Amino acid sequence: MRITRVSAVAAAAASVCVLAAACGGGSSSGGSGGGSAGSTKNATITYWASNQGASLQADYNTLNPELKKFKQQTGITVKLQVIGWADLLNRILAATTSGQGPDVVNIGNTWSASLQATGAFLPFDSNTISQVGGTSHFLASAMGSTGAAGQTPTAVPIYSLAYGLYYNKAEFKAAGIANPPATWDEMVADGKKLTKGGNYGLAIEGANPSENIHNVFILSKQKGGSFFDASGNPTFTTAANVAAVQQWVNFMATDKIVNPGDAEYDQNQSLSDFAKGKAAMLLWQAAGTTLKADGMAPDAYGVAAPPVESGTPSASNPDSMVAGINIAVFKGSKNQAAALKFVKFMTSQSESTVLNGKYGSIPPVKAALAATPPANQEQTVLRDVLSNSAVALPQVPKEAQFETTVGAAVKNLFADAAAGKPVSAATVKQQLASAQAQMAG
Amino acid sequence: MTVSIRHDAPSAGSDTGRGRAPDPGRRSSRLWQRVRKGGLPYLFLLPALLLELLIHFIPMIFGILISFKQLTLFFIRNWQGAPWAGWSNYHVAVDFHAAIGSALLHSFWVTCAFTVLAVGLSWLFGTVAAILTQDTFRGRAVLRTIFLTPFALPVYASVIVWAFMFQYNNGLVNQLLHNTLGITSKPSFWLIGHNSFFALVIISIWRNWPFAFLCVMAGLQGIPRDLYEASAIDGAGIWQQIRKITMPSLRAVNQVLVLVLFLWTFNDFTTPFVLFGSSAPSPADVISIHIYQASFITWNFGEGSAMSVLMLLFLLVVTAAYLLVTSRRSSNG
Repeated sequence: MRITRVSAVAAAAASVCVLAAACGGGSSSGGSGGGSAGSTKNATITYWASNQGASLQADYNTLNPELKKFKQQTGITVKLQVIGWADLLNRILAATTSGQGPDVVNIGNTWSASLQATGAFLPFDSNTISQVGGTSHFLASAMGSTGAAGQTPTAVPIYSLAYGLYYNKAEFKAAGIANPPATWDEMVADGKKLTKGGNYGLAIEGANPSENIHNVFILSKQKGGSFFDASGNPTFTTAANVAAVQQWVNFMATDKIVNPGDAEYDQNQSLSDFAKGKAAMLLWQAAGTTLKADGMAPDAYGVAAPPVESGTPSASNPDSMVAGINIAVFKGSKNQAAALKFVKFMTSQSESTVLNGKYGSIPPVKAALAATPPANQEQTVLRDVLSNSAVALPQVPKEAQFETTVGAAVKNLFADAAAGKPVSAATVKQQLASAQAQMAG
Repeated sequence: MTVSIRHDAPSAGSDTGRGRAPDPGRRSSRLWQRVRKGGLPYLFLLPALLLELLIHFIPMIFGILISFKQLTLFFIRNWQGAPWAGWSNYHVAVDFHAAIGSALLHSFWVTCAFTVLAVGLSWLFGTVAAILTQDTFRGRAVLRTIFLTPFALPVYASVIVWAFMFQYNNGLVNQLLHNTLGITSKPSFWLIGHNSFFALVIISIWRNWPFAFLCVMAGLQGIPRDLYEASAIDGAGIWQQIRKITMPSLRAVNQVLVLVLFLWTFNDFTTPFVLFGSSAPSPADVISIHIYQASFITWNFGEGSAMSVLMLLFLLVVTAAYLLVTSRRSSNG
């Protein structure tokens, strides 16, 4: 009996330690090899691309021809791995911890400052950035999301995006609304007219922390608020932030222009609702390709700048975050020279044009932007928003935590709203205070 | 390794003398003899023991080590260089008046409630089904196979299907409860809000009861049929048979079964993660997801490890107490 007891205890210990092991572990995949010192010819580098297209396979199909071009030009072989968004950050953290990972990686631009703080990436100091075309090669707004202010950036932008207000032309016409709303008040008024017969005015992703963050960030900005103070410490519970979160949740709770079912959306179901006409408005970044895949013809919807509190959108009265993807080089790369050549290639005028064209995003490279006219009305609006009235999310090391904690708080509030519970300023403040308390350490 | 032992053994065994001046060769041959007498089985166990150490204990020790470090995003690149935190990670985790501690405590209670419900009902369903299918009848094999399917399905795939079924707008569950049967006056949310807890319990039972069924079924095969026949002649009914014959005979099986189910359920990460994503709704915020969020999502691996160690200690205490109590009872009875 004694032996069984001991072994059972050991079994218990073993099963628990799976979790502990997960914290200590680091996986490495792919490796960098080859390449004699000084020469990058015949070198092999590994590239982790983020999922930009409709599927991982679509990304392989998009990127592989470009990588072949790069090989022809430089002799460098690029091993491509496309990684889904759900895994990308964990994979980067594992690579950072173990020191074994890819040479080049795509990151969400809001992670820039957090990942910069880990010291995992090669800083683009003046010498390094000149190898990929210099700071002036890129749009200033996009460069603003490559690391904390006053520090050497550790990434450069590769794809840029901004939010637009997508609206269903037929439903607007049927409700007798001539123009898309320019302010939130107009949006609520229009939304109420459009909400009838099981259809709703606006579709949102209530359970997706990132989408919630992007939207409450802008609402707070328009009220002059901020989620971080100048030294990068959280200030979640200020009046402007509480009002912003409450306004966002109230679109469902009190204005009732959002379907309560949206509270559990986190797989882009709001896009499919919009495409099917179940919702007349949608706030999204470059939704065009997905809407087409969901069966909505491009002429069935219009795109306008997202609403503001009052006045006209501008840099001081922003209506969108600067969304986008950056590309970074791992400091541990044994082939930094080859990796930098690859970054230069991916952000060159011609490649920037080709790739952003395929993905429907906006080139963050000035020359590429100037050389390609917007392909459609959606592109015209999004470009205008990005260059005139978009601001970067706080570039502070705690940004990733902010997205998690506040994103989850808003998700909880939506769950309350969907269940018909009132969402008062006090409830919001309490949720935000709890989120802020978890930021300690 | 075994070859060399066999090679040395005959000579060591043949001329072992007492009282002679010890010389190195003899000493080593005496050692071999001792190894041959009692140590050989342990020698055979050595490779397994080393692998066990490597696979289970070293990661665990690293986990414990990390729990004493201030391992945040600033140090993950060179985690050995992270400053020592002393007990501060533990202080934060058990300070139930502050946000992190109270969230952990909440998560702990949720996990306890979840585990008790899920394990209790899994065991009940499994036992009932095993007893009901004990006697042969037409289609018993088919029924048993069907019962076992949830256990055979890949966790990820089956939980994704459950997530679809629990959806608010188009989910099968709401379709059935609200649209077809009209039991609820309006569609319910299953993936957010209070019902998320029950959604989690339902899926956990659905996944684990076949295992209970399998174990109890195997245990029932070992009970002699004569006992039932004799008791029937003495006039015992079905309930008395279950209480007086089946349950006592299954004690050993149940002891292990409940323990294993408890550990699986308490630690289950895949089901809540696939169902809710990285941030579970607060009524279903089970501890495995909570720790994952504390370490991976907020990038505070020291804190996450400290919580893991606390959970390890809790499970060790519960397991030891459980085994102590149940085995004492079985040796007394």
